[in-house]
Amino acid sequence: MAKFEEVGPRSPITESTRVDLVHPRARLGVTIRAIVAIVIVAIMLFPVIWLSLTTIKTRPDSVAVPPKFIPYFPDGFLSDWCMVPQLNKDGTPKLDKEGQPVLKERPICFDVTLEGIVGLFFERRTLTPAQMKQYMDDPNLDWADRILLKRGLLITGPGEFVNRFRNSLIIAGTSTVLAVTFGLLAAYAFSRWDISGKKDFLFFILSTRMLPPVVVTIPIFLMYRQLGIYDTHIGMILLYTVFNLSLSVWLLKGFLDEIPREYEEAALVDGYSRLQAFRKVVLPQAATGIAATTVFCLIFAWNEYAFSLMLTSDIARTAPPSIASTQGAGGFEWAIIATASMLFLIPVVVITFALRQHLLRGVTFGAIRQ
Amino acid sequence: MSHVELQHITKRFKTVTALRDVSFDIQDGEFFVLLGPTGAGKTTTLRVVAGLERQTQGHVLFDGEVVDDLPPPDRDIAFVFQQYSLYPNMSVYDNLAFPLRAPMRRMSEDEIRRRVYQAAEILRITHLLERRTSHLSGGEMQRVSLGRAIVRQPRIFLMDEPLSNLDAKLREALRVELKHIQKTQGSTTLFVTHDQIEALTMADRIAVLNKGRITQIGSPTDIYDRPATIFVAQLVGVPRINLVDARCDDGTISIIDSTVRLPKPVSGELPARFKLGVRPEHVQLHPQGEYVGELLLIEPLGVESILHIKVGKQSLVCTVPGMTHHKLGEALRFNLVRERLHFFREDGVRIQV
Repeated sequence: MAKFEEVGPRSPITESTRVDLVHPRARLGVTIRAIVAIVIVAIMLFPVIWLSLTTIKTRPDSVAVPPKFIPYFPDGFLSDWCMVPQLNKDGTPKLDKEGQPVLKERPICFDVTLEGIVGLFFERRTLTPAQMKQYMDDPNLDWADRILLKRGLLITGPGEFVNRFRNSLIIAGTSTVLAVTFGLLAAYAFSRWDISGKKDFLFFILSTRMLPPVVVTIPIFLMYRQLGIYDTHIGMILLYTVFNLSLSVWLLKGFLDEIPREYEEAALVDGYSRLQAFRKVVLPQAATGIAATTVFCLIFAWNEYAFSLMLTSDIARTAPPSIASTQGAGGFEWAIIATASMLFLIPVVVITFALRQHLLRGVTFGAIRQ
Repeated sequence: MSHVELQHITKRFKTVTALRDVSFDIQDGEFFVLLGPTGAGKTTTLRVVAGLERQTQGHVLFDGEVVDDLPPPDRDIAFVFQQYSLYPNMSVYDNLAFPLRAPMRRMSEDEIRRRVYQAAEILRITHLLERRTSHLSGGEMQRVSLGRAIVRQPRIFLMDEPLSNLDAKLREALRVELKHIQKTQGSTTLFVTHDQIEALTMADRIAVLNKGRITQIGSPTDIYDRPATIFVAQLVGVPRINLVDARCDDGTISIIDSTVRLPKPVSGELPARFKLGVRPEHVQLHPQGEYVGELLLIEPLGVESILHIKVGKQSLVCTVPGMTHHKLGEALRFNLVRERLHFFREDGVRIQV
């Protein structure tokens, strides 16, 4: 028998609400882990930060070398730091003709412009310098007009992007809901009943994923044209739903298999019908799986590019191909592209964030003893 | 009134036949136990009665009415699962209320509350009602699971080894409680177990199931005192029944490979060779005992001690009350209680004498 004194925790206590109980080495470990985590987050988030900075840059600033990181507003936020007064050789501040100090922008700074954000939402036309001067005096201009006029652009009408973005929301959202709903029902059937040829069916469903989508775009294009659903919302919803179904059936079947049948059987003998048992007992427990599947399906439908490019032209065109086509006539409008991309990021982030609880919960804490 | 009858139930799965021609009936208010080893088809029988499984042949009758085509919700039964199957992420109260909230019952929340509290009081789990099921101990879970069955008055309670996941002490306590509840509520119960003690202590009647067939149906006394086959004799009783090869010639029974000789019972015929069964408590130590053997091994259990006695090349097990003062290797004299001997044919069937 070991002496009582010798019996203690086998490993150092690393987590406690009492700081004095935590081994100093363990506290250091936490610090190191935190630093590593911050570094990783910074690396992962860098593209997003870069993208969001680009939305407020002018065209020359967005391609400037070395890159510019610090935004400032002329005569406003950070402008004191970014605009450095120039000095004469004797050390006195250099003055211009009007007696104002001459200022020079630091190379790391850029001034904020909203031309990218405004430009995304409107059709634009380039003006000649003469026309520009003429429009400058027009009293009917609003703030959006003025922002673009500085760049020599005239707003000619609302842009396409709002429509495209709405199409993306409608098509991706509807197809995700459909894919998850049908997938759930199919997965439940596959999971709970002995369907003859079950394995073949499942393989067949999976096999639709084995061909790269691009390969089938042309046949689908021809079919869609024949059926009259080229460039329609229905057509795109149908396509994305079918494409996501294989993923959703397989994923959800895995999750449903994990839920013991006893729960449903208990509900059945308790007086619930199959459908009621499914709704009351299976569905709450499958929440994690449904959330994960929803996110995956949404990301696919939201990001899809090739089909949308081939099968839509205007009415049902989604955001991804139109972001690429905002390149504009006079070279790349980086700020507009960046703004479109940022907007494009938001829905997926919001949905994933909203479902994070379910995604994190993982295994359900059931009351079945195995 | 609830009377359940199974008529010639056969259940075949793809590759195995789980039940062969199983028939029995359960009277109103009866505690009926299905006893058998793992894989005997006990659970399958239960699931057939519940309607969770459809029998290949035969009929299930509730109160004389064929219910073969009724789905589980319409059979008005309560099922207590071995794994408890409490709904996770629901409180104990919601678990108990769940059967009553089924749309088909259309019960008011007040009535549900009343019934839940009533059931909780019977099971002494009122203090647990607000808890989540994931925070319960095994015994508490099983009580809740029983509670979910007794909140309504179903035609029959089906219990699938509800006590087997509990530790020994808890099992004993719940066993008593369960029997008490069953008797006070007068509920018809079909209880499945592989534990012969559960069967003997709780049952009004026992059906012994082996490889999908019913071997014997009877009261615990019938099963213990008049086992129909060697299988039944060995299944019930701890320590196990002594089973030895014996020979019968000229009115004398002799146990092969030993010195034990007995007169043949007056009535009945015995074949030349057969198996002789003696319950350990019917091997009785006596200073002037007829037979003598060597003490091979002692297992003191407190209440009683199990002695292994070597007689010739055979060894007999006997129980004596309390602790024993005998020493290993000691010669012991003992008697066999003649009127309590069991005779079995070589194929295992009981010979009535």
